[in-house]
Amino acid sequence: MSAREALLRVEDLRVEFPTEDGVVHAVDGITYEVHSGRTLGIVGESGSGKTVSSLTTLGLTRRQGARISGRILFGGEDLVQLPEERLRAIRGNDIAMIFQDPLSSLHPLYRVGAQLVEAVRAHRDVPKARARERAIELLELVGIPDPRRRVDEYPHEFSGGMRQRAMIAMALANEPKLLIADEPTTALDVTVQAQILALMERLQRELGMAIVIITHDLGVVAEMADDIAVMYAGRIVETAPAARVFAAPEHPYTWGLLKSIPRLDAPRSEDLMPIPGTPPSLISRPFGCHFHPRCPYAQPEHRRIDPALRPVPDEPEHHVACLLQAPVRRRLWQRVNSGETPAQALAEAGLPGAPA
Amino acid sequence: MIRYVIRRLLWGVVLLIVVAALTFVLFRVLPSANPALLRAGRDPNPGLVKNIEALLGLNKSLPEQFWDYMKEIFLHFQFGYSYYSQESVRSLIGGRLSATVSLTVGAAALWILGGMSVGVISALRRHKLADRLAMGGALVAISAPEFWLGFVFLLLFASDIGKFRILPGAGSYVGLTSDPWKWFTSLIMPWIVLAAGSAAIFARLMRSSLSETMGEDYIRTARAKGLPERRVVRHGIRAAINPIITLFGLEVGVLLGSAVLVESVFNIPGIGELNYKAIQQSDFPVTQGTVLLASLFIIVANIVVDVAYAYLDPRVRYS
Repeated sequence: MSAREALLRVEDLRVEFPTEDGVVHAVDGITYEVHSGRTLGIVGESGSGKTVSSLTTLGLTRRQGARISGRILFGGEDLVQLPEERLRAIRGNDIAMIFQDPLSSLHPLYRVGAQLVEAVRAHRDVPKARARERAIELLELVGIPDPRRRVDEYPHEFSGGMRQRAMIAMALANEPKLLIADEPTTALDVTVQAQILALMERLQRELGMAIVIITHDLGVVAEMADDIAVMYAGRIVETAPAARVFAAPEHPYTWGLLKSIPRLDAPRSEDLMPIPGTPPSLISRPFGCHFHPRCPYAQPEHRRIDPALRPVPDEPEHHVACLLQAPVRRRLWQRVNSGETPAQALAEAGLPGAPA
Repeated sequence: MIRYVIRRLLWGVVLLIVVAALTFVLFRVLPSANPALLRAGRDPNPGLVKNIEALLGLNKSLPEQFWDYMKEIFLHFQFGYSYYSQESVRSLIGGRLSATVSLTVGAAALWILGGMSVGVISALRRHKLADRLAMGGALVAISAPEFWLGFVFLLLFASDIGKFRILPGAGSYVGLTSDPWKWFTSLIMPWIVLAAGSAAIFARLMRSSLSETMGEDYIRTARAKGLPERRVVRHGIRAAINPIITLFGLEVGVLLGSAVLVESVFNIPGIGELNYKAIQQSDFPVTQGTVLLASLFIIVANIVVDVAYAYLDPRVRYS
């Protein structure tokens, strides 16, 4: 994975928003890489910083008064330092983005075709007629039937799935090297979700672009991602090749995510285990490990010590930010994965229970 | 769409008849001097008053009078004759229409262009100096009555009584065809005074509407596409205009009402001034005619707004 030069390398990125109530630490020192032709899934709850980090990649948090530090290396340039005009030339051209709600993300008063034409002409000096042909071609590429007619329709005349296809078509207008998809299927029906994911996989194969897919849905990344980064409270708490995250997750938060989705292959008697509590305020975060107030396995010292992201023993591509010892974690996951409650697992692992 | 417009126009005619009936009753029920008495001279004998009443048709019952009035309008397009000068209301209004149209159309253009551009600048520079100055100015313009603002302008800029004598003052209006340059300069102050209030309201509406649309997801999409900021703002303005257009039709009524005051202050021989004098003289037919004309303006403006709305927002379809 790391032998080749990364297409996008984010290094120790921090994004803070000063507000009247205090500084919001939306992204708190994250590092990751994306390689051409591969897919990175960024997983986390709302407010974990996953959207802010990708908007920052495109420079879209600048005008919201964000304080940004760290580096975002793309094509040999640091996007954090790049002047707005240079960044604009990259947006929608080398890096494109699609969003959660395709209805509100498309301008309601412009024809779909006009919005596609605009995307083409923002970066290519082509006549309108040529750009329109390209728009029709793009609609066809993303599987919209009768594109010659559809190109002149308005977004409200499209169905939800077609709107997201149109958004994807717009993102692909200039054949980007990187596509960032922020919750691309969350606002869609389940059957349509699968179609959109399949479309993205097909387009990735055909165009060879890298994809960063941001989601709270582990089912989506299971289908799409080669690598996964799990975010919590503005940080990456676990990152590994996708298969390892599902086979041997290391972080209790990842366990929580995995155990809180229904599985067809699990015994019917097994209950879902939601993660207790709510994500912390990003203005005043908990001391020590940010996850400790919600962690059933937290020990007293975890309230004081802030864990760093470290490699898991014998797995150089698997990193985790957890203060539990690796053998203890493995025992706990085995128990929890076989259907035991966290309290049972703790007792058998010989650890005292979590502080109430 | 055409059927919709035709239906709206027919309803407009019905509405005008209702307005005519209402004002007809209103002017005759409200306490005002008997128009016949006003014309009979000092210490008139009752016989003369009766004669004048018969001459003006005031001796008939109200429904009869209204029926006669409507018949004249529909058969001869005549709106009665002034009690005061015996001139036909149609020609009185016709002779003054161009002054009022010059004043109101110019003011409306200034109102829309000025109001919207100030609003756009304010929205894009929110909480900066330009925004605070513009919104402070807007507050003054909304609060200041036209007659006061008019006198302030005259005392500041009029060539006869002003502090800086740079613009023609009251009573300097000439027709567009006789001297275009004088026409233009004489209307500069009236345009500004008449447009100020509505422009200020539009500026504030545009500011809040654009501030809202600039936070929408599709603006983020426009930026993510790599559009230059000018085009991004255009996306925002395009969406921000729609809710404001609706208010245009309503504000036209306010504008016509204010035109009465502005024409009086600047002594412009227009319909507002005609109306103002007619009310003072209990000249019912003239008042009635000007009210009907103003209603017609407002009804047409609202139809235009609704049609424009369908054109501007593809999600709106009339049937």
